[in-house]
Amino acid sequence: MLSIKNLSASVDGTEILKGLNLEVNAGEVHAIMGPNGSGKSTLASVVAGKDDYEVLGEITLNGKDILELAPEERAAEGVFLAFQYPVEIPGVSNVNFLKTAVNDIRAYKGLPPMVAKDFLKMLKEKQALVELDKKLSSRSVNEGFSGGEKKRNEIFQMAMLNPKLAILDETDSGLDIDALRIVANGVNKLKSLDNATIVITHYQRLLDYIIPDFVHVLYDGKIIKSGTKELALELEEKGYDWLIKPEMAQ
Amino acid sequence: MGKYTEEQLEKELETQEYKYGFVTDIETEKAPIGLSEDIIRLISSKKNEPNWLLEYRLKAYNAWLTMKEPEWAHVNYPKVNFQDIYYYAAPKPKKQLSSLDEVDSELLEMYDKLGISIDEQKKLSNVAVDIVMDSVSVKTTFQDTLAKLGIIFGSFSDAVQNHPELVKKYMGTIVPYTDNYYAALNAAVFTDGSFCYIPKGVKCPMELSTYFRINEAQTGQFERTLVVADQGSYVSYLEGCTAPMRDENQLHAAVVELIALDDAEIKYSTVQNWYPGDKEGKGGIYNFVTKRGLCEKNAKISWTQVETGSAVTWKYPSCILKGDNSVGEFYSVAVTNNFQQADTGTKMLHLGKNTKSTIISKGVSAGGSQNSYRGLVKINKNATNARNFSQCDSLLMGNKCGAHTFPYIEVDNKSAKVEHEATTSKIGEDQIFYCNQRGIDTESAIKLIVNGYAKDVLNKLPMEFAVEAQKLLAISLEGSVG
Amino acid sequence: MLEDKKQTFLANFVAKTADKDSSLAKQEALKALENLEFPTTREEYWKYTRVGKITNANYSQSPSFNVSDISRYLVEGLEAYIVVFVNGFFSEELSDISKAKGITICPIAKARKEYVDQFEQYFGGLSKHESQFFSAVNTVYNTNGVYLNIQKNSLVDKPIHMINLTDAENAAYNPRNLFVVEENAEVTIINSYETVSGSSFTNSTTEIYVKEGANVDSYILQNQSETSNQVNEIDVVQKANSTYTANTVTLNGGLVRNNYNIEVKGQGCETNLYGLYLTSGNQHIDNHTIVDHIEPNCESNEVYIGVMDDASTAVFNGKVFVRSEAQKTNAYQQNKNMLLTDNASAYSKPELEIYADDVKCSHGSTTGQVDEEAIFYLQTRGVSEVSARKMMIRAFANEILDNIKIDALRDILESKIDERFS
Repeated sequence: MLSIKNLSASVDGTEILKGLNLEVNAGEVHAIMGPNGSGKSTLASVVAGKDDYEVLGEITLNGKDILELAPEERAAEGVFLAFQYPVEIPGVSNVNFLKTAVNDIRAYKGLPPMVAKDFLKMLKEKQALVELDKKLSSRSVNEGFSGGEKKRNEIFQMAMLNPKLAILDETDSGLDIDALRIVANGVNKLKSLDNATIVITHYQRLLDYIIPDFVHVLYDGKIIKSGTKELALELEEKGYDWLIKPEMAQ
Repeated sequence: MGKYTEEQLEKELETQEYKYGFVTDIETEKAPIGLSEDIIRLISSKKNEPNWLLEYRLKAYNAWLTMKEPEWAHVNYPKVNFQDIYYYAAPKPKKQLSSLDEVDSELLEMYDKLGISIDEQKKLSNVAVDIVMDSVSVKTTFQDTLAKLGIIFGSFSDAVQNHPELVKKYMGTIVPYTDNYYAALNAAVFTDGSFCYIPKGVKCPMELSTYFRINEAQTGQFERTLVVADQGSYVSYLEGCTAPMRDENQLHAAVVELIALDDAEIKYSTVQNWYPGDKEGKGGIYNFVTKRGLCEKNAKISWTQVETGSAVTWKYPSCILKGDNSVGEFYSVAVTNNFQQADTGTKMLHLGKNTKSTIISKGVSAGGSQNSYRGLVKINKNATNARNFSQCDSLLMGNKCGAHTFPYIEVDNKSAKVEHEATTSKIGEDQIFYCNQRGIDTESAIKLIVNGYAKDVLNKLPMEFAVEAQKLLAISLEGSVG
Repeated sequence: MLEDKKQTFLANFVAKTADKDSSLAKQEALKALENLEFPTTREEYWKYTRVGKITNANYSQSPSFNVSDISRYLVEGLEAYIVVFVNGFFSEELSDISKAKGITICPIAKARKEYVDQFEQYFGGLSKHESQFFSAVNTVYNTNGVYLNIQKNSLVDKPIHMINLTDAENAAYNPRNLFVVEENAEVTIINSYETVSGSSFTNSTTEIYVKEGANVDSYILQNQSETSNQVNEIDVVQKANSTYTANTVTLNGGLVRNNYNIEVKGQGCETNLYGLYLTSGNQHIDNHTIVDHIEPNCESNEVYIGVMDDASTAVFNGKVFVRSEAQKTNAYQQNKNMLLTDNASAYSKPELEIYADDVKCSHGSTTGQVDEEAIFYLQTRGVSEVSARKMMIRAFANEILDNIKIDALRDILESKIDERFS
């Protein structure tokens, strides 16, 4: 589904991603771990289409080159980014926001806007699916939301937009055990054989709930090791040094 | 790159036609150009006015001659030549208008273009409409329905003929002709406007609305509106304006007086979309308006406005909180783009005891425009327990425009609680990227965000207006991505 | 008629001391005085402040006097370099600047002769003598003041405390100060104004050049008698990465008008303006500030707090300009007023003029009274009403007191405030 080949990304002359390669197939969950500053969030931003970077290399989604597409076009193609720090948009209700997003994506695909009745039905369904408090949907996007509520709201939006590729950028940061469980639950319910998930995380903890098929370690802009979920446990136990030091010696 | 770029937005702006820019070809009878005592006498006689009103006009005219045109720091415009304006223009109706079925067909066509098919109005939305085309009012609808409740709603000219005692009692008591330069001019040459009287204890069941047009080139629009809500009554009044595209500047100097007697409430909403000038800053309406309301005991006046048009705007809808426990509110969204200039705000004068005022002002500046909030909250020495809360926010788009806040807070009583807050911000790139990532393109994102920003004010508008206002906000900001 | 009044007023200042100043600034000011008039309330800048008390008074030339003991005007417990002015004249005996290292400090009249280059470069470069009446008067008729130059990289070890004392009846004088703080230097300056006896009009103008990387902490303490008036202009220019902090505490005086003009002409600067004013009787305090953000990436914080008693009046006008190049400016402004009586008044006008869009600017103004609920709460805990009120007022003023880095100074102010509200 997602194919990243030799991706490099720089900002203000500093290279952050240095020839990254990654293949993600439909139905898979990939975890990306690594120490701070390794480029994890940059990877998420670059795939989503954030403007700040000079990008070289190739990113294709289901065979389509998405590097030339604007972020809203990539979203319509099926990319979803659950932000590490979701932004607040005062005065714009969650419902209104999602309605606009859903219909704009439909327009891109040549579909007519969703009938209000159907939209409301879908809204209620997805709210229940991710256990989102009904009251939150009439409030402004993320305004006054606690950290946990913001992350839950991201998963709710994911449920509503039904993406092909979901990238969760440190979704677990700032969450207590209960919130973590609810967020992970939501992600697991949305998983299917037709979509794929990339989970970017610092800690092994989230991966107890969202079981990855593959674990990759991102260090200094490149993936230096890939493995299965056992790799995550090993990292939990030993840290990153044992992987990095041999690298540094080279 | 496939992204929606700033250049593309700019191009759209250039081709965006001012929606309501059209001119009707109805023949209009005009007074000779210029201003003099003779012209005033002519206007007064054309309208068959009683002598006391002619005297009032002449007094105002003489006062105006002694006054100087005001100058404001943040507003620059070519001086108005007052002798280069037609002060009276009446459409020649083809026959006497007694019912809407007999309205001039060209006029009806114009009503259609304005999107206010009167028949539909009558059947569906239950809104009474008074059309002012240039300087004369065409017969109003719904007069019969309102008459049953004793509500008087019609043109100012009609009110002078049919209810002279009411007009004489209240006109000029809130905005005397000595108040300011444009108020004096208006008092001398006003040709029409609306008059509304709600009797004691009556709650007006429908929203009263007025549409304006400036049709002829160089005709200044000098309307005068007077709304009197007698004790315990309620009225919601809507004022919405459109104007055709013109090269010459057009002057609009209106006066609106509101009187809310004991326990009465007046809700006055305005959506203003006068021609703002072209993208080079040429042409456009000058909107200099004096709007003021007086509250007696337990009375309430709220001003709600969405201002997106005019080349130059100068207006400070104000409340005199004379009666104890009276309440004044001001909710405003003012958008300026290209070369527009706005200097608007409000004045809340707390005189009585336990008075309360709320000010929420949201400014949006784009292009090369200047948008200033100028407000006064004055707590008089004897105004015990006064309360005021003001929130003035500015949203800037680009660095060629300006957003300014000049609040004057004068407190002479120790029991007052006055709070004023102002913030300036821009639309965050992060916010736009967030919307993009959810499939919403940049232009739509900006519309969403600006409407969200203005929500507190838009919520105060009556439904029909709120929808038009949202569309107006979006149109007026096209091409101004931050 | 008006012209006569002006001439009469100006005649009060014909300098007796032979201070030969042929600077460009003085010439400009002289020329400006031909057309400038007394400020009136019709001018926006002077809207709430009438200057009749100052302009209609008769002033006498005052001789220097002998005061031997100035201990009560010092900050107890504070080691500082002392510069004393009495009735406008520098008092060598009372001052103590001998051990000052890395700094040049001397009376301005002396400096004008000895540091000609510096003077040519800096004097009159910032003052508003071409547009403001009182500034023009000062530029022409100044008799004395302090010239201060802090050398590059010099971290001045002790604060410099400049004490201005008067004891004559109807004294009038124009102190003129010029401070040049060179690159990366750091200095704390305290300027206090006290009345020994009598009444006075002090028309002071201070120009401060804060160069790249420099850090200036300034304190102005105004504590003159109720019959003494003051107009105080402080003009500052900041270069990149510098910090300028001003604390203006007004405890007493008749008519006091402070005009701060700060030009932020470099990136990465920080500007802090704090003011505390406690007025009583018929006092009138007017604080005007202008912070002009010309360059990007700077920050300004302004907090002015006041408590007005009796029939006194406080005026606050804070203007923040953000020019179109000054992106990423953070400007914050707050004015809080507490009125204790029905005859007290507060006029507040915080202004923002913004021409750049990527900025965070906000301001707020609140006017209110002591929270009666809080007083009651304290009473239920055994605190007397008087003490409770004192606590609340002190708490209100604390926001400014907390910014005072000099402990000894803060202690003194706290006790003065306590005294006031007993």
